[in-house]
This record gives sequence, C-alpha cells and structure tokens, in this order.
Amino acid sequence: MTTREQLLAETFVELADTMVADFDVIDFLHTMACRTVELLDASAAGIMLSDQRGGLTVTASSTEEARLLELFELQNNEGPCLDCFRTGLPVAREDEQGMRSAWPLFTQKLKEVGFSSAQAIPLRLRTETIGALNIFRTSPSPLTEADLRIGQALADVATVGLIQERAIAASDLLAGQLQTALNTRILLEQAKGVLAERTGRRMDQAFQTMRDYARKHQLRLVDVAARIIDGSIEQALLPQRQNKTSS
Amino acid sequence: MPRPRVAEILTLIDDGAAGRAALPARLCQECLAALAISGVGLALMTADGPTGGIVAATDGPAQEMEELQFSLGEGPCVDASSSGRPVLQPDLLKDAVARWPAFGPAVLAAGIRAIFAFPLQLGAIRLGVLDLYRSTPGRLSASELLDALAFADAATQVLLHLQHHDDDNGAQSMLTDAFDDRAVVHQATGMMTVQLDVSLAHALLRLRAHAYATERHICEVAADVVDRSLRFDHSDAGSSRQARQC
Repeated sequence: MTTREQLLAETFVELADTMVADFDVIDFLHTMACRTVELLDASAAGIMLSDQRGGLTVTASSTEEARLLELFELQNNEGPCLDCFRTGLPVAREDEQGMRSAWPLFTQKLKEVGFSSAQAIPLRLRTETIGALNIFRTSPSPLTEADLRIGQALADVATVGLIQERAIAASDLLAGQLQTALNTRILLEQAKGVLAERTGRRMDQAFQTMRDYARKHQLRLVDVAARIIDGSIEQALLPQRQNKTSS
Repeated sequence: MPRPRVAEILTLIDDGAAGRAALPARLCQECLAALAISGVGLALMTADGPTGGIVAATDGPAQEMEELQFSLGEGPCVDASSSGRPVLQPDLLKDAVARWPAFGPAVLAAGIRAIFAFPLQLGAIRLGVLDLYRSTPGRLSASELLDALAFADAATQVLLHLQHHDDDNGAQSMLTDAFDDRAVVHQATGMMTVQLDVSLAHALLRLRAHAYATERHICEVAADVVDRSLRFDHSDAGSSRQARQC
C-alpha cells in the first residue's frame, strides 16, 4: 500500500472506532475535517450541517480560516457550499475566473485569506442533503477525479456517522442528532470561552486543550466541556501548553 | 442564521396587548393551532430536573402531564431535558410503562397516548421543555416535526426574554430582535460568566443588554469580549469598562 492508501485505511478505522460507543458528533466531525486535509492535498476543510430548519450552520473546521470562510459564505449567501447544499451535487469551478463569476464576494475573501480554490462535496442521506464538506486549497485547480471520489467517501462516512443510531424514522433521527449537534456546538463554544478566560489562552488553544484532555482521559469532548463549565475540572488539571503569543 | 418560521412565530405571539406574561400561553396556543395535536405544555427545567414551574398548558391533560413529571421526577420531558435531544413517543401504550413505571400508567389514565418533548437549551443553559401531546397514537410527520422544532426555538427565545425582564432593570430588548447564534456570542458568554461570576444564562443576558444599550450588534460586542478589548467587571455592577491588557 502507498502511504496515502494506508492513511486512508487508518482514517476509516479511526472514524469507525469513533462511531462505536460514546459517539461525540463534534469531535467526530472535527477529526473528519482534519483527515480530509491530510488525505486530499487540501489546505483546510470544514463541515456545514443543515440545522433542520432550512438553514446551514458551520459545525466543524480544520482551521480558523476555514471556519471564517464558511461563516462568510452564510452571511453573504454565496459560495460553493451553499450551491452544493441546494443542489445535492459536488460543486467546483475549473479556475479562478470561473469562481469569480460564480461567487464574486466569496472568491475575493478566499484570496484574502490565502487560498486559491474552494469546492464542496454533499453529505447525502438518500434523497436528503444534510450538509456539505468544504475543501480549500492554495492551488487554483480543483481536486482530481480520484481525489474527489475519496472526498465523497469521507463525506459518506460522515453521513453514516451522523445517522448511525438505529431509529424508526430518518427524520426523527436527524432532528434529534442535529439538534444535539447544534446544541453541543454551543456548549463547546461556551466552554472555550470559560477556559480562555480562566487561562488567558486564545479560543483555538482552549479548544485544543479540551481535546487533549478528552483524549488523555478517554472522555467525550462534550462531557469535558460540561465539566469545565460547571467547574468540576480544575484548571490546574488541564494540560499546560506553551502559548505562541503572550496574550 | 435566518430562521423565517421562528421569526414568524415570535411576531404572531407578540401583539403587545396582553403583555409579556401571556407570551408562553400564546405560544402554546399557536403551536396547538399549527399542528395536528391535542395539547401543549411548557415547563421550566434545570440541570436537576423539573422545577415545578409550569409556564403554560393548553388544557387539563397538558397541565397534568407537566405536574406528573414534576411530582414523579420522570417522563419524556425529563429525559429530553437531561439528554438534550427530543424524545418522541408516538405510542405510549407500547413503550411508556416499561420506560417510566410511575409516569407511564398515570399519563395514560389522563387520556394521553403520544408525547413529543423538545428540550429548550442553549449549550449548557437549560431553560425548559416544550411538550406536545396527542390523545390518539401517531407520529409527527416530517413537516410537523420541523414546525415543532421551530416552535421549540421560539419558546427558547420567549424563556430567555422573560428571564431578561425578570432580573434586569436596565436596557431591554424586544422579543422579536433577531438573536444571533454565532460561535463568538457563546464564546463571549463563556468568558463573561468567569468575569462576572454569574451563570451562563445571566452572562448571555448581560451581553444582550449591553449590545442593546450601546446600539451595537451583539456579534460586534461579543467579538470585543473575545479579543479582550472589552471586559465586564464583576465589582462594577452595571456597566463594563474598556480594558487594554492584551
């Protein structure tokens, strides 16, 4: 096996592992976003999910830049991810010219942040599109056909992960999972704020601290977040990290 | 994130004449009118379970459904609140007695055959549960489920709004003011709960009140808190001060 095939196999095993017992949807999607970057020669990746009320919400991102770009897409109501969510099909443009005419504001912002291309792959459950995987690259061309297939496979795994619990009706299940996912997202943001304020760390450092702690103690991220908020994890118990800045 | 249906519901129930106290009852009435259900109840919850605060109920069985859960400490609404996800029970005769040995028989005796319970939460802030019931068994259709979720979002706004007016005599926002649900708002809320030594719910109210009083968008104020150019000071009861300590 080539290194990449190996990485791909490992990723699927890792994701399958994540899905077994205590499923932590945000942690899972964050892993997805990070692995997508490693596997697809991408610079950043993000996942947006349907909020089941007709809109989309940014759920996981490999970097802060990806998150900001996705938020920008939502604010300006244009971009590959929105097109992908609306059509249920993969969305890409051949070159920068094509991107500019399709999404002028978004392409401008994309360049400012330092990327050259963006494309999106749908998260689909049968006929229903439940979200999109966004891929950002410094190269101006879209992914190759082969990479796109891997991307779709990752998106399919994410979809399966989201609906993995058995239930009678897909809509009930999705409503429950997505409402939980959205609320978990809020909980994590609240916990990041609490931790950032207690420790003087930046938000992304606070998030990494929470993940490290969850991994080390084999806890779900959501439980770590809840304990940070209710104060049952003392600050002193959290891993110390060297700050890149002294803020 | 624009949610037109939620805004529509809030506008519908906020006609001003009956005042704030009537908002929960109006919301339950509109929910009853919009969906093929028999009744609706709205109850307050904390991390420890039902508080006994029944904010509204459209009829006798709805009232009883809420009272039973409070007195017995079990039921779909209790589960919805503790798990943070909707509990949908389309046929209580099949499932209720095994799952809730005390609540199940009692609620069936009250003539209730199906319950759909939606938690009203913002992250770690637990506000309450919106409970829909049917006197005959049957699932909610996909579109009814979506509408029920919109009513749950609207109910969350109503409970936040009522709390705001209960414990804050400063700037007051309107019910129908769009509440922006972006990450930065929740991060700032988390920081402020430490700065002010108050609950998350209270910190969020302070953030909203500050945005309203200074006529700024809540996301802008939240971004200032997150980048540490604005701090809320615990010793200074009313206002906040600018800080330059980054």
